[in-house]
Amino acid sequence: MATIAEIVEALEESGDVVATSTFRGDTRVVVLPERLAPVARRLQVEFGFDMLIDVTCVDYLQYPGARDRFGLVYSLFSTESNQRLWLRVFLNEPDLEVDSLVPLWESANWMEREVYDLFGIRFRRHPDLRRILLPEAFTSHPLRKDYPLQGRGERHHLPVIERGES
Amino acid sequence: MPLTPVESGHRAVGQSEYLWTLNFGPQHPATHTTLRLVLKLDGERVVDADPDIGYLHSGFEKIGEHLDFNQYVTVTDRMNYISPMANNVAWHAAVEKLLGIELTPRCRYIRTIVAELARISDHLLCVGAIGLDVGAFTFFLYAFQQRERIYDIFETICGARFTNSYTRVGGVSHDITPDAIEKIRAFLKDCPGTLHDMERLLHRNKIFVDRTRGVGVLSREEAANRGATGPVARASGVTIDLRKDQPYLAYPDLEFRVCCARDGDCYARYAVRMAEMWESLKIVEQAIENLPAGPFQVGPDARVILPPKPEVYTTIEGTITQFELVMDGHGFDVPCEETYAAIEAPNGELGFYIVGDGSDVAYRARCRPPSFIHFAMFPHLIRGHTLSDVVAVLGSLNIIAAELDR
Repeated sequence: MATIAEIVEALEESGDVVATSTFRGDTRVVVLPERLAPVARRLQVEFGFDMLIDVTCVDYLQYPGARDRFGLVYSLFSTESNQRLWLRVFLNEPDLEVDSLVPLWESANWMEREVYDLFGIRFRRHPDLRRILLPEAFTSHPLRKDYPLQGRGERHHLPVIERGES
Repeated sequence: MPLTPVESGHRAVGQSEYLWTLNFGPQHPATHTTLRLVLKLDGERVVDADPDIGYLHSGFEKIGEHLDFNQYVTVTDRMNYISPMANNVAWHAAVEKLLGIELTPRCRYIRTIVAELARISDHLLCVGAIGLDVGAFTFFLYAFQQRERIYDIFETICGARFTNSYTRVGGVSHDITPDAIEKIRAFLKDCPGTLHDMERLLHRNKIFVDRTRGVGVLSREEAANRGATGPVARASGVTIDLRKDQPYLAYPDLEFRVCCARDGDCYARYAVRMAEMWESLKIVEQAIENLPAGPFQVGPDARVILPPKPEVYTTIEGTITQFELVMDGHGFDVPCEETYAAIEAPNGELGFYIVGDGSDVAYRARCRPPSFIHFAMFPHLIRGHTLSDVVAVLGSLNIIAAELDR
């Protein structure tokens, strides 16, 4: 069974890895957006990461010393070897699109919808990319850092749905 | 009319004329909280379900970017309000991992005790609610009688029954008192009797078994692929339990078994939860009898805990520490880093992904809510079953909408 260091080494050899870092024993691997799906597939098939625990995003707009706007975070877990690995992908406007991982892990479905809803990042080939937490008519992506805590008054201007059209 | 099998994708289903659409929720007693399902029915059979969530979305993650690490614990209470103590423990586990704080032994034991009591409380509600939804009302009352005892214990420990906000960065708000220990001991003596009664009521109850066996089956591969954790995963034979696999708090010192089942149906999920309560009782008993003496918070050197008031008023060190911690722009020493920490919450893996930017407010406070991930499987689990099975599957997944929507 490969250790995390061996897995990272194997990924680095194939030239997919932009950077790696470790913090308190957690290893993070940064990959280019277009290489995300192949790397994820390899981690799933070759190294046995059978669970996608979490997909989330961070908006680095006001982060000290940040170079990229958005950072996606994929938390992988292997039930066999009990290891965790974090995949990072950085995106910048206007190209806020990355491949969906739903073909690999079904759990990505709703989590990617949530990221789309709250950050406005689009997932290519996602089977059902709709807003999930907020109403369809909502226009902003509230977890972006340029969105104010109190909102922009959307809650007061939501369209009223009549019984017939619901 | 001959019945032809219908494709599972809900776009195709909309075309079929003989299908009925049923709106289930958002205000329905069996949804327990506010969530909505749009069911496509072929007679009584559910052809497809389209969950519509977000009714309780209150921007908890956005609020997390504006409240400091101690303030935000009050918001975590309101996520899974069935077991707020577990959320408190999970949140501060992530914060302390980011800050690099090592807890005192007494604090680790106290947190283990409250987290396990929260697990019992959560499981009691969940199994009680499954019973209630499939018609076993008495069972529900047995469960709630014991839950009340746990609320009393929490009230003695921290002063609040429901929204506990018990943990603090580097410790807990109050030490556990002899009075609370007595109450926990009394509960440990009393609870097994009720659990026995509950098992006798429902384990082999024909109606209950018929309504839950073989309903909502989740295979082992699907459970992993769909991100199931906690009792839902263990009922499908995925033997993961963070308490054993990635031990935290006092779990390495304590003896307990990981409860699993193979069937992956509603009955298995119910049975796993029932079995886990016995293990939790064992854990609490060991922890309470071996509770280490010593401080329940980290010392003043860590600079995260407010000093006691007499010290603030009479010593210069106390005054300075208090000032440093509460003044804007001072506070905790937070690295510009990101970390994820998870605990085995009653419902599954409850994790927080925190980004620190040097201030004592999280730059990003992501919660990995087990309810959200489990509810995503719901359409898969219910397809092909009858309308009355909806409540059984929903109950066995233990969906808490406040955590689902955050």
